[in-house]
Amino acid sequence: MENAPAGAVENVTCPFCGLLCDDLTVERDVTGSLNVTKNGCQKSVTFFGRSPQAPSPRVGGKPVDIKKAVAKAAEILGNAKLPLFAGLGTEVQGMRAVMSLADKTGAALDHMNSDGFMRNIQVVQNSGWQVTTLTEVRNRVDLLVIVGTDIVSVFPRFFEREVWNKKTLFDQDTSKREVVYLGGRDIDTSAGVAPDGRHPDVLPCDLDCLPDVISALRALVSGKNLRAIEVAGIAMAELEKLAQRLATAKYSVVVWAAAPLHFPHAELTVQNITELVKTLNKTTRSSGLPLGGIEGDMNANQVSTWISGYPMRTSYARTYPEHDPYHFSTDRLLASGEADALLWVSSFNPDRTPPLANVPTVVFGHAHMQLEHEPDVFIPIGMPGADHKGIMFRTDNVVALPIQQLRDSTLPTLGAVLSAIEQAL
Amino acid sequence: MLTKLSGGKVYDPAHGINGQIKDIHIRDGRIVEKPRDGETITQEYDLSGKVVMAGAIDMHTHIGGGKVNIARTLLPEDHRGDPVPHTNLCRSGCGHAVPSTLTTGYRYAEMGYTAGFEPAVLPTNALQAHLEMGDIPIIDKGGYVMLGSDDMLLRMMAARKDQNAINDYVAWTLRAGQGIGIKVVNAGGISAFKFNQRMLDLDENNSYYQVTPREVLKTLSRAVHELGIAHPLHIHGNNLGVPGNMETTLNTMAGVEGYPIHLTHIQFHSYGTEGDRKFSSGAARIAEAINQRKNVSADVGQILFGQTVTASGDNMAQYRNHQAGSPHKWVVMDIECDAGCGVVPFKYKDQNFVNALQWAIGLEIFLLVEDPWRIFLTTDHPNGAPFTSYPHLIKLLMDKTFRNEVFSTIHPDAQKMSTLASIDREYSLYEIAIMTRAGAAKLVGLHDRGHLGVGAGADITVYTDRADREKMFAKPDYVFKDGELVVKDGSIVKVTWGATHTAKPEFDRSIEKEISKYFNDFHTIKMDHIKVTDEHIADDGRGRVIVQECKGRREKTA
Repeated sequence: MENAPAGAVENVTCPFCGLLCDDLTVERDVTGSLNVTKNGCQKSVTFFGRSPQAPSPRVGGKPVDIKKAVAKAAEILGNAKLPLFAGLGTEVQGMRAVMSLADKTGAALDHMNSDGFMRNIQVVQNSGWQVTTLTEVRNRVDLLVIVGTDIVSVFPRFFEREVWNKKTLFDQDTSKREVVYLGGRDIDTSAGVAPDGRHPDVLPCDLDCLPDVISALRALVSGKNLRAIEVAGIAMAELEKLAQRLATAKYSVVVWAAAPLHFPHAELTVQNITELVKTLNKTTRSSGLPLGGIEGDMNANQVSTWISGYPMRTSYARTYPEHDPYHFSTDRLLASGEADALLWVSSFNPDRTPPLANVPTVVFGHAHMQLEHEPDVFIPIGMPGADHKGIMFRTDNVVALPIQQLRDSTLPTLGAVLSAIEQAL
Repeated sequence: MLTKLSGGKVYDPAHGINGQIKDIHIRDGRIVEKPRDGETITQEYDLSGKVVMAGAIDMHTHIGGGKVNIARTLLPEDHRGDPVPHTNLCRSGCGHAVPSTLTTGYRYAEMGYTAGFEPAVLPTNALQAHLEMGDIPIIDKGGYVMLGSDDMLLRMMAARKDQNAINDYVAWTLRAGQGIGIKVVNAGGISAFKFNQRMLDLDENNSYYQVTPREVLKTLSRAVHELGIAHPLHIHGNNLGVPGNMETTLNTMAGVEGYPIHLTHIQFHSYGTEGDRKFSSGAARIAEAINQRKNVSADVGQILFGQTVTASGDNMAQYRNHQAGSPHKWVVMDIECDAGCGVVPFKYKDQNFVNALQWAIGLEIFLLVEDPWRIFLTTDHPNGAPFTSYPHLIKLLMDKTFRNEVFSTIHPDAQKMSTLASIDREYSLYEIAIMTRAGAAKLVGLHDRGHLGVGAGADITVYTDRADREKMFAKPDYVFKDGELVVKDGSIVKVTWGATHTAKPEFDRSIEKEISKYFNDFHTIKMDHIKVTDEHIADDGRGRVIVQECKGRREKTA
């Protein structure tokens, strides 16, 4: 492999969580190995740190050249009545290529994080919401309420960048910002400790009790009296205090992550959060902040929405796009036998392997991907933001950032491989 | 390769041509005077009896960017009513209120439009706007970059920075966002909403910055003028939708000291407070003011009855108006200390008094503004109605009998509050060609579009002259884009990819030092990463950037 000379690259954008921090310094050695030397976090160090590899494409487990792998993938796709493009861990240009091929082949589309993501989408489709973006949080938040997550295990630098930042536009003393963790058990709240040592408030409950707790909080914010003394172990007085703080805050932000809310109809709990925020805005300002942007889920949904009109879980089977958040889920389409070919994409994360499926399977994977069950075709693709450039959407669904190529790579982009398959059809 | 369009009735107001029979020659995508000696005509179209105009230009249409995609996300049920299957040529999608990107391009082209301009490109969301427009085929695109509630400008104004520094910042922002014009939405008001202000009148202070909308408008209209940007400051006024807001609109016209301004979707800003319901038409006074003030132009933002969705940068107004929305679901966002957005579905009903009067007010403005070079045909797509309703709107303007028939069916109280039936004016084909072609190109600053002169890009639409103007404008016989036949008999025959028009005024690059520091101190991204590059637009070889000339920076301000 030919390689760029060793050196340090500044202001690198990290695509591995929804914050898209763009201030990293990454050092590259002559082999193309990358090492985050400034503004790294556990995630960026791990993801950038994977050694550069360029394994051969495989068909039936045997190394083949890319042409043969593309031909076999095209054959599988051509024979399928309802191919399923899933995983979809890619950046914007890769996703545009996915959309083109899906339209042509009558495929269904789903992202690996849709179980969580669809909870938010269903809320938007049903009632909309009032939300904000990271720079607003960084400059305005005075009360941060975090529902059911520690934030940092998904977004390691969130507090450093958006909460305990030193400067703000409006001369706010950020060390006075208030942080409340609501729900969850044994949450790591250390990042919520203020620089002056002040501890955050923590109101723990089991995650599956969140529907009760959030409903109660919304009722209180709406001015209703509740007779209960406690909800899911949280004293009503504590919830009343929180409702009061939300009402008096000038710019509260309520953060949630939909992914860990594994209980039936969790979208209704998300909706109670967003409707609570709407209610607060009758008198003061408050905003929601959903956490997403992992494995390119924002990219998949944004691109799919502008090209088809719909977010994920959309099918082109009838020559026009149809959307159904239940019907077109990966699990359902595979379990029911409706999907008769699986094309799985995971370019950022080698650990996100496809579900076991009884249908011909093509994997477009990270070079480090280890597969327990060898798929019919494996095509290693470059990692966006290291092996090639691209564009990513941030968690707030507004900011799209370029991600850079940091080393030479012989691995193709997803877009190049899919275009070749489209040609071969 | 030389194409000849023979014997059509040509309407080319940029050259004063009003229905004369003329041949048009096209070589390499451009209009040329005549074949070279010995040059053979590769293809000839006999256009005897046909109406020939330049391709139409929509100078204000929400076709790309975050709020458009939010609107799409909000309305799956609307998409389901208009599925668009793929064909051998075209990709699939959905239509109606907020079509998918590809369908947007096909449907504009099928109506004879060859360019559309997205009027609310947030600097922090500019890359998304250009990505979406990059997936709109055939037509040319461009955008107006939004300023006026961004904290950088308001800080500069609060600190009384001099106009030259502000001009540099405005020019820098225009370039970073790859826009062709500057837009201001509810000047200072989007910022004020973040400080919990719910209204902001022209002379009211933003509570934090102690800066008024009037000052913002004056500063920005002057900056645009001094930078030599052809498109005047594109103003979405304060107090959108508020009864009585025509006073704000009149004061806005008066408040910019004669600098050129364009008031967008002025219908939504032309309301009085007369009558039992305290809601009346301000069209006559607004039109009169436009007639008098030659520095002012406007597009109407006509509403038409039916389901649509409003998508705006004006989160303050959208929050205020969300209760009137239907279906009742809405998204309001604060965005990046830069701007905001609000998306609220609306169903305009002819039997609703307010909607019926809004419809009449829009038409009154169209008909009472005398100079078709300064009034433009828009529905503020999709806010007043989807762009696909333009042929219907053209018929309302060109056919008084039809207009009065519709008028007689709307809410009777609204009829009583409108003078529409007493207005005899009917737009001519020449005037339609001005407002949708020559005037629009001049206003946006497209020097080689909107006309059929030698050297112009060969964007040409050919219609059959039919008495039913709706049918005529819905289905052109031919549409040529850059000289290639893309539409025949109202259907796509070839899919091409248009360009993105921009303006790049010169400025003092040292302003980047200050902007970079500002980003490092307060933003969550680096200054350089907000810049949309030519490469971003040209990716996949489908797009390209055209830089339209700025007449040059005016004298530095003393």
